[in-house]
Amino acid sequence: MITILVDGIAYGMLLFVLAAGLAVTLGLMNFVNLAHGAFAMAGGYVTVVLVNRVGIPFFAGLPIAFLVSAAIGFVFERTLYVHVYSKNPLDQVLFTIGLVFMSVAAVDYVMGSSQVFVQIPNYLKGQFDVFGISIGRYRLLIIVLCGLLTVALQFILAKTRFGSRLRAAVDDSRVARGLGINVNWIFALTFAFGSGLAGLGGALGAEILGLDPTFPLKFMIYFLIVVTVGGTSSITGPFLASLLLGICDVAGKYYVPSLGAFVIYTIMIVVLIWRPQGLFSRVGSR
Amino acid sequence: MMSKYVTGAVAALALGALATGGAYAQGTVKIGLIVSMTGQQASTGKQIKAAVDLYMKQHGDTVAGKKIEVILRDSGSVPDHTKRLAQELIVNDHVNIIAGFEITPAALVAAPLATKAKVVELVMAAGTSIITEKSPYIVRTSFTVPQSAVIIADWAAQNKIKKVVTIVSDYAPGYDAEKSFTERFKSHGGQILQAIRVPLANPDFAPFLQRAADAKPDAIYIFVPSGQGGTFMKQFTERGLDKAGIKLIGTGDVTDDDLLPGMGDAAIGTVTAHMYSADHQSAANKAYVAAFEKANHFRPNFMSVGGYDGMHLIYAALKKTKGKADAESLIAAMKGMKWESPRGPIEIDPQTRDIIQNIYIRKVEKKDGQLYNVEFETFKAVKDPVKAAKK
Amino acid sequence: MIPSPAAIRAATEWLSARARWHPLEMLFWLAAFAAIFVLPDQHLILTEIAWLGLFALSLDLILGYAGIISLGHAAFLGLGAYTAALLAKFHIVDEPVLALLCGGFVAMAVGFVTSFLVLRGSDLTRLMVTLGVALILAEIANRNGWLTGGADGLQGVDIKPVLGLFPFDLAGHTGYTYCLIVLFILFLLARRLVNSPFGLSLLSVKSNPLRALAIGISVDTRLVIIYTISAFYAGVAGALVAQTTAFASLDLFSFDRSADLLLVLIIGGAGYLYGGLIGAIIFKFMQDYLSALTPQYWPFWIGLVLVVLVLVGRERITSWTTPIRRLAARLDWRTTAHLTAPSTEEPGH
Repeated sequence: MITILVDGIAYGMLLFVLAAGLAVTLGLMNFVNLAHGAFAMAGGYVTVVLVNRVGIPFFAGLPIAFLVSAAIGFVFERTLYVHVYSKNPLDQVLFTIGLVFMSVAAVDYVMGSSQVFVQIPNYLKGQFDVFGISIGRYRLLIIVLCGLLTVALQFILAKTRFGSRLRAAVDDSRVARGLGINVNWIFALTFAFGSGLAGLGGALGAEILGLDPTFPLKFMIYFLIVVTVGGTSSITGPFLASLLLGICDVAGKYYVPSLGAFVIYTIMIVVLIWRPQGLFSRVGSR
Repeated sequence: MMSKYVTGAVAALALGALATGGAYAQGTVKIGLIVSMTGQQASTGKQIKAAVDLYMKQHGDTVAGKKIEVILRDSGSVPDHTKRLAQELIVNDHVNIIAGFEITPAALVAAPLATKAKVVELVMAAGTSIITEKSPYIVRTSFTVPQSAVIIADWAAQNKIKKVVTIVSDYAPGYDAEKSFTERFKSHGGQILQAIRVPLANPDFAPFLQRAADAKPDAIYIFVPSGQGGTFMKQFTERGLDKAGIKLIGTGDVTDDDLLPGMGDAAIGTVTAHMYSADHQSAANKAYVAAFEKANHFRPNFMSVGGYDGMHLIYAALKKTKGKADAESLIAAMKGMKWESPRGPIEIDPQTRDIIQNIYIRKVEKKDGQLYNVEFETFKAVKDPVKAAKK
Repeated sequence: MIPSPAAIRAATEWLSARARWHPLEMLFWLAAFAAIFVLPDQHLILTEIAWLGLFALSLDLILGYAGIISLGHAAFLGLGAYTAALLAKFHIVDEPVLALLCGGFVAMAVGFVTSFLVLRGSDLTRLMVTLGVALILAEIANRNGWLTGGADGLQGVDIKPVLGLFPFDLAGHTGYTYCLIVLFILFLLARRLVNSPFGLSLLSVKSNPLRALAIGISVDTRLVIIYTISAFYAGVAGALVAQTTAFASLDLFSFDRSADLLLVLIIGGAGYLYGGLIGAIIFKFMQDYLSALTPQYWPFWIGLVLVVLVLVGRERITSWTTPIRRLAARLDWRTTAHLTAPSTEEPGH
């Protein structure tokens, strides 16, 4: 029972780290970045190459995955995405899907189409028992890491100057601009940070979710579910939505395996009909 | 052996020269190779493509006075797209053989075309039993899922495994694998504690594994499509099921040679039944693996031998018909054909046009720092059990 | 206030001019029908283009004319396909045209029921709700393998000759002619529909639902109606797939289908009916050409085309065709074309 709960939380946390960047992009610029998964994939593959082939330690690989994905995100944002913000949403869909196709084929070309895994250190494998409850070590690591990240994120958003500017920009970018906040710059940084988070998520998730070139397509649906169910006006919304989905999905599969795939979709539809703007959106925002 | 490579190289050069010079209409046997080179099944498609290329490099592109031309098309694993491609290859390119088909619906959707147009359909991958019954022109060089499922059930029963939880993917080949195993295992007096089906697009096996573990079986029997084995394996050990004394058995799909090197030590000790392992001890296989790895950057898996043997079957059949490439002659020549494949001795069943082959029981072990499926028991000349039972 | 007679006349004139056939349109359909005789070896891909075009047209009806964006339109494609295939398999309705209509009606019924789910919410909400519906339907079809054949697909479908006269042949001649005629008839109906007062009221709903409500247009009713009609169109497209391939598979419900469809429509441009058809032609031929050229890496090139298309701007690309369009306008013997047409007539906006 507790084991299932822990699994669910770990899964949900992972989803959150993967999708957090997307939520911010969507909330800030009203821009649906379907290529978000590609940044996650980049982080995953960077870790695979570094850890498996170059042989650097797993824990050193994680921050590098973050930095590389963030750098790629930053470059792409500055060179390509900026030209697309002003286009209509359908063009944005076309553009980001195009990027996904390109990333899928390019990774296939460079890395091959088979699934790959990161070699995690031995002490992270297996489970340990706490009062008769078995908890997976790697899952616990995910929970701890993602938990820390969430706290850090929340701190940055709520307490720092950057955070308050970001919140101002999300709430009303025109007024924020008027107040002399450089919204474009904030956005580029946020985009890079979100991509970095996705990359970190990809690196962490490779062990559990598997990693192959179709990753951005396969998980696009999951990211979108998290973001729509959670709403885009805050970071807590997607966080709670991720946890909810993770736990419901895992518990649903455990207790009623015959309904397996239905659980997550049904939750989504019910939530969206009940709260079209997302479960945790504040009234009054976009 | 060396001279073979030399002739292969010469032939490859000749092929290059011809390709630029344009193909002859007459005296050419065209093979439409339809596999998915993109999407979820891309690794299977690439294995087959690589094996086909390798065979042609080794054996030249002319047989019985005919030039062999392979036209590659990407199906993307979409059945209606596959059908259109097959139709175009038949109608516009006048191919004599359509080959490939990595998923069952793709093989099935093309079957009426084979019958109607009188074209040989050579199934190089898809493993559902019924496929070969759908047209008199279908031949298979891969395997059927029940072949392996039944054998592992036999083996499990002989090796003191009494209680089993089955986990299969929730789609047709999964049902095949579940049914064949369960029936055979029960007939030996075994007990199925639970039958779990997991959604095909399933990122996380954790809850299903937890459920299986809670039932406390002697072993878990697993079937997942080629490509998902790695994730499953990781989570199996993560859950500590190996330490709890639960064995992992299954068909060879889960310890796919393509993925095995990346699975890590998690996979060690898994016992599976299948028709091919890159570690198969024979001269033919050693040469095959060496040549394959030289040409590509990955290890050949059980899908690749389907493609390799498929090409061999075409070449051998053409030799026998002296270059006649109509479907009737080719099928007649293919029936009962026997040869030594990298996987061991194989034969095309004259009655069902399906493949008869040895099924090996293998255990994952580390050899020279690499993981391999090491064969330790052989069940000789296994026919497709589903069709055998019908008679 | 009663509008002046002159204003009424101007309005009716504008309306009828809007509904009048442009020479380019006639050219388009002439070419399509000429392909039956001129391009016999392309009929298989043209068949695919015809049903994809119809499918895209159905999405255009809701996206281009009512502003409902959907990422689950494949739900109706799959429903239509399975209905038509099952009817043929069990010899309930052997005649393809009748089965085609049945396929459409089943999709329509489900479309009506689910239309209430898309009435509220933002674009993103609608995307996800429609997607969810499609995924759930796919899972239902997967679970009920006894009826649908599950992941193996529905086998043993034997499609009888159209109207009892024209059997489906290997080269796809019947298939293309059949699909094209169905497409043309449904296109005519759609054209009539969007130029009717109903169609105009839809446009007003799309551009400003609040104001539409204020001038007495019942927004919800209209959305339900157009969504239901669109589902019918998609169902018919699905039935065409099933009949021309004598097969139905789970893949028809998939997310990829809906996503590709959206691409097709966006490439062609939404909101002028031809967008879906043109998009289908461009997308299919491009995909076919690229995937024959490089079977492994064609998605990269497609992706590149899409990215460049957006960065350069579709308007700029379509503007290359302006001289041709101006020429066509000059060729137009109907002088009334000088009336100022609203921007909705322009492709790509």
